[in-house]
Amino acid sequence: MIRDLTLRIAPGESVALIGRSGAGKTTVLRLLNGLCAPSAGNVSIDGVPLRGDLVARRRRIGTILQAPALFPHRSFFDNVATVPRLLGWAEDRIGDAAGAMLERLEMPFERFAARFPRSLSGGEQQRVGIARAMIAEPPLLLCDEPFSALDPLVRRELQDAFIRLRQGGDVTMLFVTHDLAEALRVGSRIALIEAGQIVCDAPRDAFLASPLPLVRRFIEAARIPS
Amino acid sequence: MTSEILHATAQHVLIVAVAVIVAAAAGIPIGVMCVRHPRSGRVVLRVIDVVQTIPSLALFGFLIPLPLIGGIGIRTAIVALILYSLLPIVRNTVTGINGIDPLVREAAIVMGMTDNQRLARVELPLALPSIFGGLRIATVIAIGVATIGAAVGGGGLGTLIFRGVAMVDTARILAGALPAAGLALVADLLFAWLERLTSS
Repeated sequence: MIRDLTLRIAPGESVALIGRSGAGKTTVLRLLNGLCAPSAGNVSIDGVPLRGDLVARRRRIGTILQAPALFPHRSFFDNVATVPRLLGWAEDRIGDAAGAMLERLEMPFERFAARFPRSLSGGEQQRVGIARAMIAEPPLLLCDEPFSALDPLVRRELQDAFIRLRQGGDVTMLFVTHDLAEALRVGSRIALIEAGQIVCDAPRDAFLASPLPLVRRFIEAARIPS
Repeated sequence: MTSEILHATAQHVLIVAVAVIVAAAAGIPIGVMCVRHPRSGRVVLRVIDVVQTIPSLALFGFLIPLPLIGGIGIRTAIVALILYSLLPIVRNTVTGINGIDPLVREAAIVMGMTDNQRLARVELPLALPSIFGGLRIATVIAIGVATIGAAVGGGGLGTLIFRGVAMVDTARILAGALPAAGLALVADLLFAWLERLTSS
């Protein structure tokens, strides 16, 4: 249950939303891209209630899902080209953008473009998922625990690639995770959600210094025993 | 005799092809409708289910007195076959679309596809193996049921079988039955291949 939740994210800022399973993290994302509707009241982005033409709005929001959820019947390239095609981009522009994006994700275009999702590893598939969400340079990026199913090494590689990809852009991001270490890597600000309420919302350092018991427990849980 | 068999086989193929094509043209959209409106979809599926339970000879009989679609002849046979072919096509379309990974469907939604774009670009292509499975069952059933259509003047290989039965002429019965079995086998293999082709 989420009630009266306000989360301020300045343009270009990246906020990591952390919390325990069932705290309402994913629900916040689903409300933002209209995948679920509030049972009462409304959801606003930039003060504008989220209703009406959800289709056009979603094309301007990049969403990276928990599982890559690639279209299995479409090649790597066609998966990445999905949103630009919906936006009516010319094919050569799509090709250029996809090439540049994949190069930054360290996936040589020539080697991968024609391959189908089933021939890719989990990490490679999620890279395609990232490219698919970011190729049209959406001003808002929503990430729903995108790396949670990957092994720690691939996870770290993808976090690095993801951070590199965001550098230089002015994309606003809300990144949901239950992993504090990941939140600290990708977010400049950390918001902690518990039972549908934001209980702590602070820049990285201030968050780590917070005396709040739940914050302390998250920090304690992330510590590696010596 | 050979030209008679060839003629009856060609007529049989024509009746079945027209019936299955019309049934697919109607059944696939009906299946999509059943997915989009599950409550009314359940009612539609139930009605089509009931049609399937009518014995084929009785269905041909029921159609004879109906104006426009009934009477004696090939038209009645085709209408009955369309009704019989609907169930597997509609049901397999529904199963195929409902069987798609919910996350894949969600990905299509969050990327900003409209309902129709999602249907054309994601749902129908991914449901194709199941839809071909439905066409396969529909065609094989239609090839068998079409032989009974000869009882209402539907033509096709059933004509040879009925004549053979009336004359107690085994050779004539076989002249109708064997090509019908062969057609069913060919159709089965063809659609099985299409099913495999679209699922890989």
